[in-house]
Amino acid sequence: MSAQPRFFAPLARLLHWVMALMIIAMLFIGAGLAASVSERHEWLLHLHKPLGIAILALVIVRLVVRFSTRQPPLPADLPLWQVLAAKASHLVLYGLMLVLPLLGWAMISAAGDPVMLSSSVQLPALVAANAPLFALLRRAHGFLAYVLFFTVLAHLAAALFHGWIRRDGVLQSMTGRDAGAD
Amino acid sequence: MVDHSSPPRPPLSTASLIARLAGIGAVVAVVAGAFAYVNGTLDPQRLRPKTLVNALETNNGVHPGFRRNHAKGVCVAGYFESSAEARAYSSAQVFSEARTPVIGRFALPSGNPYAPDSSVPIRSFAVQFSQANGQQWRTGMNSMPVFPVGTPEAFYQMLKAGAPDPATGKPNPANMPAFFAAHPETAAFLAWVKTAKPSASYATQSYNGINAFYLINAEGKRQAVRWGVVPQSQDGAGDVAPSDSDFLQTDLVQRLTAGPLRWQLNMTLANPGDPVDDASKAWSGEHKVLNAGTLVLQSSQPQADGDCRDINFDPLILPSGIEASSDPLLAARSAAYASSYLRRAGEVSPLHSAPQESKP
Repeated sequence: MSAQPRFFAPLARLLHWVMALMIIAMLFIGAGLAASVSERHEWLLHLHKPLGIAILALVIVRLVVRFSTRQPPLPADLPLWQVLAAKASHLVLYGLMLVLPLLGWAMISAAGDPVMLSSSVQLPALVAANAPLFALLRRAHGFLAYVLFFTVLAHLAAALFHGWIRRDGVLQSMTGRDAGAD
Repeated sequence: MVDHSSPPRPPLSTASLIARLAGIGAVVAVVAGAFAYVNGTLDPQRLRPKTLVNALETNNGVHPGFRRNHAKGVCVAGYFESSAEARAYSSAQVFSEARTPVIGRFALPSGNPYAPDSSVPIRSFAVQFSQANGQQWRTGMNSMPVFPVGTPEAFYQMLKAGAPDPATGKPNPANMPAFFAAHPETAAFLAWVKTAKPSASYATQSYNGINAFYLINAEGKRQAVRWGVVPQSQDGAGDVAPSDSDFLQTDLVQRLTAGPLRWQLNMTLANPGDPVDDASKAWSGEHKVLNAGTLVLQSSQPQADGDCRDINFDPLILPSGIEASSDPLLAARSAAYASSYLRRAGEVSPLHSAPQESKP
């Protein structure tokens, strides 16, 4: 049996960092547009929709890559609660990357609005127009976006904890830099 | 199991450990702080969609299920028949197809769904054109030719001037004149109010889009316009608004029983120098006006269960071929309507059981 990999596959690392930038940008764009009545509201909204669909497409590719490549194992001496927290947070991250764009798409559909990605690109409605359903989906979209933001923050703090405190190679498994070069 | 990923690690000194933990804390604090600024938590002075909708609720009371502004209204349906005149200016399908179905809503500009029809001289007309290609054009029009103010900030100040004084339950009568005095841009609107005669019918009223937009043609050429609809029905010589509180809806239903009602959709082309970013300013002088087609209304429904009830007449839902101008009120209307829509969409049932008769 071959040795366990120390790094994530190059494509997995590329997807991780590209999507990290997109998701953080997306969270700020969403929070900004929900709290603005200025022209920012409009151009942030015009960024938010195509970016959300791009994230939805990429997370599907990413899940395929995730299950078709080998993952570096967590350090053997990692306490059980940290192992569980790592696994649970990754489940939440992947789940919300998938669910949030779908909620956004569905809520626009439920409002009876055309789902426009640009002035002419239109997606089909995911659900029929239904105002109470819109209210539910819109609130879920906002609430789960905050859950994602706090999970991303915890993920960032944990990555730095591995890199700066434990120095156990977990951060390097995603940066691709050799631990010895630190 | 062999531990591959943990090379030997010299223990950190206490000082180094504290510095590194502080570093992690600082990174997290910077990201969280930036987020709290962007979402408005650390920027409480910012005008937000909910600030405007809260102000409307303060002034009018909360009426669950109803729009927070233009709360009293009636649904209508019909179609738009395009003329050839707008086709050279806009590639929107609504101008190339012979007929496009429309759903509309006539309303009074107040957040009180029980306001008597005679309480305001303004009437509004919102329309959704549903193009065959799935794109939509929504517009909210009003009977005045200009908006009182040009910015969302000034609109918010105007709402605050009309807010009830907690001591008396009524707005301080000195506030609104003081607001108008401090906002000279309201002059055009105030001049119109002085001469405005409330129409005796929704059907005999002109309605203006007020904000400027761009028509974009197939070559990508942009033409700034303001649009509006002009009725083919006219008030009779002696017609005055009756004093009962729901005459507008009663009259509309009666007229539609007798036959369809028609408006001409006009596109006023901006001259060089006309402001396209200030809805408080009129476009004066000679203008080329396109007759874009005829809006024909055939039926009405009560808003409690009519097709217009669940439509957010967001003025930035536009088809390809029509684009927003830089008028700051457009983004503010879009953002505030979305907030109002979310509130009332979660409250639909109360509207069904709401009393339909007016209360003073």
